[in-house]
Amino acid sequence: MDLNLTSEEIQFRDELRFWLAANVPADWAERREESLESRFEYLRAWQRKLFEGGWAGVSWPKQYGGRGANLMQQVIFWQEMALASAPPMANTLGLGLIGPTIIAFGTEAQKTRYLAKILSAEEIWCQGFSEPNAGSDLASLQTEARRDGNFYVVNGQKTWNSYGWIADWCELVVRTDPNVPKHKGLTVLLVDMKSPGISVRPLRQITGESEFAEVSFRDVRVPIENVVGNVNQGWDVAMGTLMHERGTFGAGLQITFRRNMERLIELAGQLRRNGKSAAQDPLIRQKLAQCYAEIEVMRWNQMRAFSRISATGVPGPEGSIQKIFWSELNQRLQQVAQELLGPYGQLEGISPHSVDKGTWAYGYMRSRGNTIEAGTSEIQRNIIGHFVLGLPRSY
Amino acid sequence: MQFGLNESQEILKQNARQFFAGECPMTHVRHLAESKQPYDPALWSKIAAQGYTGIIFPEKYDGLGLGKVELILLMEEAGRALLPGPFWSTVALAGAVIDAIASDAQKTRYLAPICRGEVRSTVALLEANATWDLAGAKLAASSGKLTGEKLFVLDADVADFILIAAQTGVFLVEAQAPGLSITPMPALDLTRNVYAVQFKDTPAEKLGDGTNLARALDIATAALVAEMVGGMQRVLDLTVDYAKMRKQFGKPIGTFQAVQHQCADMYLETESSRSAAYYAAWALEHDAPDAATATSIAKMYASDACRAVGNRGIQIHGGNGFAWENDLHLYYRRAKASETMLGDATFHRERIARLVIDTVPASCGGNDRSLR
Repeated sequence: MDLNLTSEEIQFRDELRFWLAANVPADWAERREESLESRFEYLRAWQRKLFEGGWAGVSWPKQYGGRGANLMQQVIFWQEMALASAPPMANTLGLGLIGPTIIAFGTEAQKTRYLAKILSAEEIWCQGFSEPNAGSDLASLQTEARRDGNFYVVNGQKTWNSYGWIADWCELVVRTDPNVPKHKGLTVLLVDMKSPGISVRPLRQITGESEFAEVSFRDVRVPIENVVGNVNQGWDVAMGTLMHERGTFGAGLQITFRRNMERLIELAGQLRRNGKSAAQDPLIRQKLAQCYAEIEVMRWNQMRAFSRISATGVPGPEGSIQKIFWSELNQRLQQVAQELLGPYGQLEGISPHSVDKGTWAYGYMRSRGNTIEAGTSEIQRNIIGHFVLGLPRSY
Repeated sequence: MQFGLNESQEILKQNARQFFAGECPMTHVRHLAESKQPYDPALWSKIAAQGYTGIIFPEKYDGLGLGKVELILLMEEAGRALLPGPFWSTVALAGAVIDAIASDAQKTRYLAPICRGEVRSTVALLEANATWDLAGAKLAASSGKLTGEKLFVLDADVADFILIAAQTGVFLVEAQAPGLSITPMPALDLTRNVYAVQFKDTPAEKLGDGTNLARALDIATAALVAEMVGGMQRVLDLTVDYAKMRKQFGKPIGTFQAVQHQCADMYLETESSRSAAYYAAWALEHDAPDAATATSIAKMYASDACRAVGNRGIQIHGGNGFAWENDLHLYYRRAKASETMLGDATFHRERIARLVIDTVPASCGGNDRSLR
């Protein structure tokens, strides 16, 4: 056990830190208040800058334009990005999920066609997984693709597509064989979002924004060379993608939580409660200390998990505890922020009385999504129950 | 960075697991618990023969000279086995205190026999006010003698000498010292006893002032957390096995999500406590700046988690979990005692607050628009 960074890790960190110090845009703090749509080109330019500096796709193999970073370097990457308050990259799904899926399952022609433009943010990607009637039970999805000569003809409806409103391409899971058990008849297609028959509608969420879209497909023709992996083996491809979803990204999240925590401690010193500083109120102290502790436990859990993945090479089902931990912790943290701020907690950024430009009101609402997106807490607990503890399948 | 165990640490942990499984099976634990005398001299000799009693102490005092991480791994396995008796109080508590504060001559006299397994010891911390805050000690020595009372002293009846946290420093009293009386305080944990210890003009040797006491207690605390983790793991294992085997409505109860999700939570709580125990041990070993905070976080988290794991374990076992013949309650009793020992979650949250909230300089201006 050695929790210090190795000299190679320090070298990687310092090189990155130096680059970020010189390149992270100074106006991100103001720009982040804009809507997702209006700031998108800003994020695209930022990703292009990272790409040109050799920092887009750190986990991707060098032969595909990535940095070939090992797992611990990826962890350092997300930590440093968070520490530097760097904006997110425009092509989050392309870099984190779809690119790695194409690298793992795609043909050489697909790799040549798509990967470079994912890295440079020239083409933005979304995922077509969830449907109105297929959420946690993803394998029951109904969007169908019928073979017609050298094309598949796609009909159906997808929902909760992140970046669906801006995406150029979509990693789409469709049913190619309705006559076999549900996991066995699925195929993954790469679909041009400009294809005739696709219509996109923004999906407004409880925060008031539209991070997601609904996408419908009506007789959309997709060339057969756009199949990823084998026909009717799309479940394995899709699961490969979701495995990446529980990757090293959480390392940056921990730092964001830590920063929110430090801000709450600072606010507690400014607020009054029962005639004294809120930071001296015994109950507030208990709640702040609980959150602080859990954020540290999240970090240590991650450190252990990353070390294990480093040693074994594969993220196992035990990664589900990280998802449960961070998502439920963020909800508790946001609730403590609300209790601390009292009536100020509800104020939106446009109010002249708002605290921190309304981020606490926003964060409170947004955190409800955390235990739903990327696999609900219930699904994560099923994964632990069945795949880690060996309990019988419940469904 | 590598937060996994190295090969020798894995071997130590595996050996400890096999040792306790062989020498201290549940039948023996139950026998000791029901006989109300958790100390077993024969088992103690075997533990000492492994070198475990000197695990973290310098070789010049006949210890093994290993680190806090190794101590934590050993304690985890002791906790899994629900090892009865004075091992934690002798080694992780009294041993760590002597090592931290006593003179070289005193270490030769008191620590070396602990390492060799020749003696048992403990530390008397609490008084009637039952506050774990060290400043709460009222007992004071006057001209080398103690008069007063300490409560909740673990394993005092089998200790060859007792360390006492007093206002004026840490003192040592021999078991045969005049004016010393030890009375049982019958309590929940059947595998570890607590006692009231009275002193009346009892001669006491000063080991040192309280300067390094907090750090020694942090080592003891991290070791206790590791022991709790071992207990949680055992309760989780028993419960998952039971959920696979017990059938209702024609299928194993582990099929039902109401049961399965509780098992998943037990797993999350156990693993998170383990991460915290390991981190705290590493931080203490390397004198990391956050060592005290990390120790309190570990004890805070594990204190709540071990209770939650026990609650869920008993609930999933249904009527069987409520039966005396089931081993779960023995773990549940230890869990409650350990939850309180050296401060419960509420105590440690306040300590964390002192360490991380009170050290933040009061902000001047900036974002405090209309907040007052």
